[in-house]
Amino acid sequence: MRNLVIGAVLVGLIVLAALISFLWTPFDPTQVDAALRLQGPSGAHWLGTDRFGRDLVSQLMVGARTTLYVGVVAVGVAAVIGTPLGVFAAAGPRWLGEIVLRANDIMLAFPALLLAIMFGAAFGASTLTAMVAIGIATVPSFARLARGSALQVLNTEYVLAARSAGRTGLAISVRHVLPNIAGLIIVQCSVSFGIAVLAEAALSYLGLGTQPPTPSWGRMLQESQELLAVQPRLLIVPGVAIALAVLGFTLLGDGLRDRFDPRLEGHRAQG
Amino acid sequence: MLKVDGLCVAAGELPLVSDVSFTVGSGERVGLIGESGSGKSLTASAVFGLLPDDVTAAGSVRLDGVAEDLVGASENLLSRLRGSRLAMVFQEPMTALNPSMRVVDQVAEARLIHRTAGDRAAAHRDALRLLEQVRLRDVAELGNAYPHQLSGGQRQRVLLAIALANDPDVLICDEPTTALDVTVQAQLLDLIVKGVKERDASLLFITHDLAVVATVCERVLVMYGGRIVESGLVAEVLTSPKHRYTKGLLDASDLESVDERGRLHAIAGAVPAAGQFPSGCVFRNRCPRADDRCRVQPPWFGEPTAGHACWHPVGGDE
Repeated sequence: MRNLVIGAVLVGLIVLAALISFLWTPFDPTQVDAALRLQGPSGAHWLGTDRFGRDLVSQLMVGARTTLYVGVVAVGVAAVIGTPLGVFAAAGPRWLGEIVLRANDIMLAFPALLLAIMFGAAFGASTLTAMVAIGIATVPSFARLARGSALQVLNTEYVLAARSAGRTGLAISVRHVLPNIAGLIIVQCSVSFGIAVLAEAALSYLGLGTQPPTPSWGRMLQESQELLAVQPRLLIVPGVAIALAVLGFTLLGDGLRDRFDPRLEGHRAQG
Repeated sequence: MLKVDGLCVAAGELPLVSDVSFTVGSGERVGLIGESGSGKSLTASAVFGLLPDDVTAAGSVRLDGVAEDLVGASENLLSRLRGSRLAMVFQEPMTALNPSMRVVDQVAEARLIHRTAGDRAAAHRDALRLLEQVRLRDVAELGNAYPHQLSGGQRQRVLLAIALANDPDVLICDEPTTALDVTVQAQLLDLIVKGVKERDASLLFITHDLAVVATVCERVLVMYGGRIVESGLVAEVLTSPKHRYTKGLLDASDLESVDERGRLHAIAGAVPAAGQFPSGCVFRNRCPRADDRCRVQPPWFGEPTAGHACWHPVGGDE
């Protein structure tokens, strides 16, 4: 319960910052002003400015949008492809399930970063390529989870009862399996969200993700890396933001898992 | 209505049900009794074509009005019969309902699958009416509940409502009252008999409880070791059993009589694991009366609907 609250608060702050940034930011996050470069925190610039004189708070706020955008798309791609694939692997013919599983293993063995670099090389580095690459690299974890939990559901008596009432194949998967594994999938989404945020930061840091001038937490790190010794603030601020975002989504996922995981069923009140 | 002939169920080489034959007439209520592991539930699953992947059935299962044999019939045909002409009530009310669906929707689904209701609204109305028929109280409120909010007895009523939703010709109940306490059990049995009578449906009632068979059924089949060892009218089989196993079961359930040491009667030994049954008469390793003759599988004595498979029937050649 504590995990859930802390996670929800952290995630809520990020969402709030991103939403407010559409209406208002203290300064234009992309406005370069040589006179204001490398200023420390002050009344006007709460967290100071970077080497180009851009306001750090404004950049963080707009960067939160990128972070959420990336997370939603990457996790969306992974969940929308991975979940049906996993359910299909469980409910479909055995040989087809085997093929899905083996393909899954190959994907798991393939480094996600390499995939992202390949995508960047093939389609040009952009936030979208990075997101899709992260999403595709996350598909196996969803497929695996969906298959495992779908197998469990398919062995329950209510699925047998549904079959004995005349339900067949696809309808059982849609009406009986999916709703009963949805909880676990949501948990997986939250955990994957944190991983996707981190991956986007890493890719942007490498120049493979979000391109200038769009603010991104990963790129804030990259642009300031030579100043680590003189102005550590410039790295600490986006670093802490990334860490809190990952922590928030992971805690939220953990908290949700405590509520949804069937293995913890005994801890919940049973009517 | 339902005619099972020479039904054999096997897991690979291992026979689980051997040469089971019986008929259930139109509107007739037949009990299938036996200990756990005697093949009762497998027989029901075989009729439904719902055996596990690695278990196969042979023989014949016929349903009136269906040209094909149900054993080996296409999944397509079977799924059309299941829930419409054939219906099943399961043993475990706690697990046989989808935990993430409101119960009224689960009843309505039964009407929608076979397109017996016009539309969703009609199916919903039908579902509420069916839930009222099985005397679920506060249908308006409890219908919108999720299964975990209902008691075991209430859930079993919902399962019965689902089974009766499309006025089946044959209802199979697989130990539907085993998980319930005695008073709830009696109410549910009444509902089952009432539901079946109203629809003039046939009932195959699987149980290990002789008292339940006596209240619900007209005819009874006694199963042991994957075979039917005795059958007949309930009144006759339960008062003057022929097969030594039936006799053993009845003695064991008679709480008035004790042996010379003051202990309740019991059948010696335990049901062997599948595949460990003796050759010849399946009961001979636990039978007090077994001799060399029992090494040979006894034939069926008497009528197909009333007889037994025992070399030394009670009151026979002693």
